[in-house]
Amino acid sequence: MQDFSLITSWIDNSLRSLMPGWLTVTVECLLIGVGLLLVYSLLALFYIYYERKLCAAFQCRLGPNRVGPFGLLQSFADMFKMLIKEIIHLDHIDRFLFGLAPYLVIAASVMAFAVLPWGNGLQVIDFNIGIFFLIAVSSIGVLGILLAGWSSNNKFTLIGSLRSGAQMVSYELSIGLSVLTMVCLAGTMSVGGIVAEQENLWFIFKGHIPAIIAFVIYMIAGTAETNRGPFDLPEAESELTAGYHTEYSGIHFGFFYLAEYLNLFVVSGVAALLFFGGWMPLHFPGWDAFNHIMDYIPSVVWFLGKAFVLSFIIIWFKWTFPRLRIDQLLALEWKYLLPINLVNLVLMVLIIVFNWHF
Amino acid sequence: MEVTTKSMPYEAWKDNEYIEKLVKELQESGTNVVVGSLDKLINWGRSNSIWPLTFATSCCGIEFVSLGAARFDMARFGWEVARSSPRQADFMMVAGTIVHRMVPVFRRLYDQLAEPKYVIACGSCAISGGPFRKSYHVAKGIEDIVPVDVFVPGCPPRPEAMIYGIMQLSRKIKVEKFFGGVNRQEKQKEFLAAHPIEGVED
Amino acid sequence: MANITEKLSKLFPQATIEGENTPVMTVPAAQWHDVARTLRDNVELKFDYLVTIVGMDWTENLGCIYYLMSTDADIIIGVKVLAEGERSMPVLPSVADLWNVAVTYEREVYDFFGIVFLNNPDMRRLFLNIDWKGFPLRKDYDEDPALNPVSTESERQTDFTDVYTRSDDGKIVKTPRRIFEKEEFVVNIGPQHPATHGVLRFRTAVDGETIKKIDVYCGYIHRGIEKLCETLTYPQTLHFMDRMDYFSAQNYHHALCMLYEKAAGIEISRRAQVIRVMMDELSRIASHCLFIGTYCMDLGATTMLFYTLRVREQILDIMEKTCGARMTFNYDCIGGVMQDLAPDFQDDVKALLKVLPANLKEYNDIFTGNVIARNRLEGVGHLTREDAISYGITGPSGRASGWACDMRKLQPYSIYPELDFEEVVMTEGDSMARFKCRMKEIEESAKILEQLVDNIPDGEYCVKVPKMLKLPAGSWFQVTEGCRGAFGIYLESDGSTKPYRLKLATPCLPQACVVDHITRGQKIADLITIGGSLDYIVPDIDR
Repeated sequence: MQDFSLITSWIDNSLRSLMPGWLTVTVECLLIGVGLLLVYSLLALFYIYYERKLCAAFQCRLGPNRVGPFGLLQSFADMFKMLIKEIIHLDHIDRFLFGLAPYLVIAASVMAFAVLPWGNGLQVIDFNIGIFFLIAVSSIGVLGILLAGWSSNNKFTLIGSLRSGAQMVSYELSIGLSVLTMVCLAGTMSVGGIVAEQENLWFIFKGHIPAIIAFVIYMIAGTAETNRGPFDLPEAESELTAGYHTEYSGIHFGFFYLAEYLNLFVVSGVAALLFFGGWMPLHFPGWDAFNHIMDYIPSVVWFLGKAFVLSFIIIWFKWTFPRLRIDQLLALEWKYLLPINLVNLVLMVLIIVFNWHF
Repeated sequence: MEVTTKSMPYEAWKDNEYIEKLVKELQESGTNVVVGSLDKLINWGRSNSIWPLTFATSCCGIEFVSLGAARFDMARFGWEVARSSPRQADFMMVAGTIVHRMVPVFRRLYDQLAEPKYVIACGSCAISGGPFRKSYHVAKGIEDIVPVDVFVPGCPPRPEAMIYGIMQLSRKIKVEKFFGGVNRQEKQKEFLAAHPIEGVED
Repeated sequence: MANITEKLSKLFPQATIEGENTPVMTVPAAQWHDVARTLRDNVELKFDYLVTIVGMDWTENLGCIYYLMSTDADIIIGVKVLAEGERSMPVLPSVADLWNVAVTYEREVYDFFGIVFLNNPDMRRLFLNIDWKGFPLRKDYDEDPALNPVSTESERQTDFTDVYTRSDDGKIVKTPRRIFEKEEFVVNIGPQHPATHGVLRFRTAVDGETIKKIDVYCGYIHRGIEKLCETLTYPQTLHFMDRMDYFSAQNYHHALCMLYEKAAGIEISRRAQVIRVMMDELSRIASHCLFIGTYCMDLGATTMLFYTLRVREQILDIMEKTCGARMTFNYDCIGGVMQDLAPDFQDDVKALLKVLPANLKEYNDIFTGNVIARNRLEGVGHLTREDAISYGITGPSGRASGWACDMRKLQPYSIYPELDFEEVVMTEGDSMARFKCRMKEIEESAKILEQLVDNIPDGEYCVKVPKMLKLPAGSWFQVTEGCRGAFGIYLESDGSTKPYRLKLATPCLPQACVVDHITRGQKIADLITIGGSLDYIVPDIDR
């Protein structure tokens, strides 16, 4: 199995031989930063295309096919346009917060990128509370949305942001608890550790019933966390025009637009990490030949493939289900998901204690 | 200079004279139409990504819905990202009659669009008032209210005609210039100076 | 009919009664409110549904004709009341306390004719700007564009409305009434808003997510069709019918043609009748399909729209082959229809009927059975039968509340009495019932088509009618069923080639005005659910 840490440590060593330690760290940080942003934007553009094509397929349409081969360049064209579109300056708004909000939203998803296990040894930072860090930074996003809605001085955005505040704070709980369930099974909070634990069997198989329950809850809560249909109340088109980002134009709106898709990737990436082994290929204990063949597929492909398939499910939700109402949304979380989650956690602990997992 | 469109022969366009005249006019007025590569890139982006504002007042709006549906599928051209907020849209398809009471709202919507913004007058009501021209409560064409880029005749125009209209808009965007003399914006400024909003000072 | 005339003259000996099919009773303005109360509450008569109020300008005096219908006996009568007072300030007593829909209808009459209704709680203009000069449907209206120029200045916004009352000494007093309190959080939904299905405006007072009150503003697409009709010859007025409720284009065309034919005494061939009815039912299916699609899209299930539009496109193809247009068909004409059917019309309709059940099943699978959809729709926006009648909510929305108001059954016209179809009536009265009612109506329409598709008789499709049609002097009123409810037309002719007055009582206006009543106390999201389920078309409201 290829190990990307060979490449990264080679770069590290060769840099260290050329320059002093502090400079090495600075250069590496810069490289990683540039690399991350590049991956970030490319992935976002891919996701926009991916969703548009998928949505077209659900609706018996063709989807973008004129710009570039198979319409592949459509989202690039959109990006160029958005970059040079006018940013409208509004009167009677809190300028500082209004400007800050899109950056907060985008920063939250970029930071979550840092701990995702892209491949074997391909991870920006792997520390002992990785998954905890991920949950912490992804909740910065809600701050950005609240600020955006509040500072726009518009009634629609205000309602949209308040909805989103209520929604995201509630669903963080479910995400946290289902992650906790899996952390119990893994016995570690380190992202690398969680992946390594799944070398023999993915957690969704290993933890069977509680893991599947946790997975379903995670997917529901994750969809809500990304503000996507059927939980897209903060930007419900037919109710609040464009929700919390109604007043944003140009690249500021572009940031919200990209962050939405990147959050989708982060949510599915984390689901892949917790339930489907991150970059770990599909292994079954005892099936050595099978496991060996699986190892030939590069780990990056495994991770991205899992993330794309899981995002497909979330996109499928969006184009199929009608939207919930705000009180139904909160009732779903507090009356159903939360109690189930708590019971599920106990169940998982029992299973671990009595060693009933595979 | 030929304005080319992907998988559409130049001769298939019915009104090449107009776009040639536009190019010629621009060249005569000193605007260098043979644009730099950065301009080309920008125009490529702009002309391929025109997002409509969801704005419809009457019958034409339903044909606009049909335009988005599977048979005509405007998503092929990348126009399906209809934004409800004017701040995020690129053009306004004025689909339907504009009446006296709607005029201030309509003008405000236009003002809220972010630059570069375009207007397509879709259907005879938007062009001239159509069958309601003689009515006491109908604006006789939207040209007096906002500058219009493309007219699409019909009552209502068929979705094919709308596609043709938006493609024409895309062609017009292609000969724009981003750096230096911005041909379109100047015209727009002239228009806005000639049609100020009463009671509002810039 | 003689029966009802007798009863009325016994009850109101002072009134004069004329007309045969639809008796019109003339009462003095001073007695009108008492007469109205008797008409509504009398056990035998029970005229509980106010079809429309036709404002009239007979040049020497102004007045109104109220058309009332008894939901038990299916009888329509007209009551003519002349306004009191000078032409500068004509007054009539309001009947808003008897029929809820009268609040809106009286506002409309005030807007067009300047007749002030005493005790109406909301005497503002309905369609035109509050600062509009003149009353456009009066015969002496000055159409000079300089008086009412196209202005880009925003309209004056006020939180007040006027109430006119008569004080003890006989003077008319105008008192302002507050609509929204100062501290209320008022959100402006519309006129440009994806959920309002066009340019309708709701000023919505909310408390958090809960709606406290809605003030509806119409007129953002008021095109003055009624006034325009007075300047055009009879055949020329027909094409406006395509452009009001553009989904009921065929039905409205049919209605107006029928009225002209009735007035002119023209008998049309059976072939034309059958073609007209088939076109009506085809447009009903197309209209309901689009309703299902857009409604689901409003609720967030975008994909449904594309599935329903598939059927609609198929119907439009059938129409296009025969009529030559996708939307504004202009197909029915006085004396029959414009052209004969396309040769493969029957095959196309059969093909449609074949795919329809599978499509309906698909819609039900995707949406109706969905747990989220059921939670969103069931029990939301409940409208009782009494309220539906009082607010004049006809069509599928009224039938969902248990009011059997299908004019094809109540006021049979064309060949509908011969056809075998059921009137879909549900009792729940919530958004889900309104949704399901339309689903079932598609099936019923398909049933009608099935009966007719193989039985199109031979014959001429259009009888000869003089080019310059002149109607005898007189007045006619008729109610037919559009896709969205009862469509009433009042025609007054002075014997010339142009109508003296053509009043189009469309079903959508009351539907938009009931929104305030049924959304109170619900969530903002329910406004979309309820507004969508009523399925109003804004150009049909504003005309």
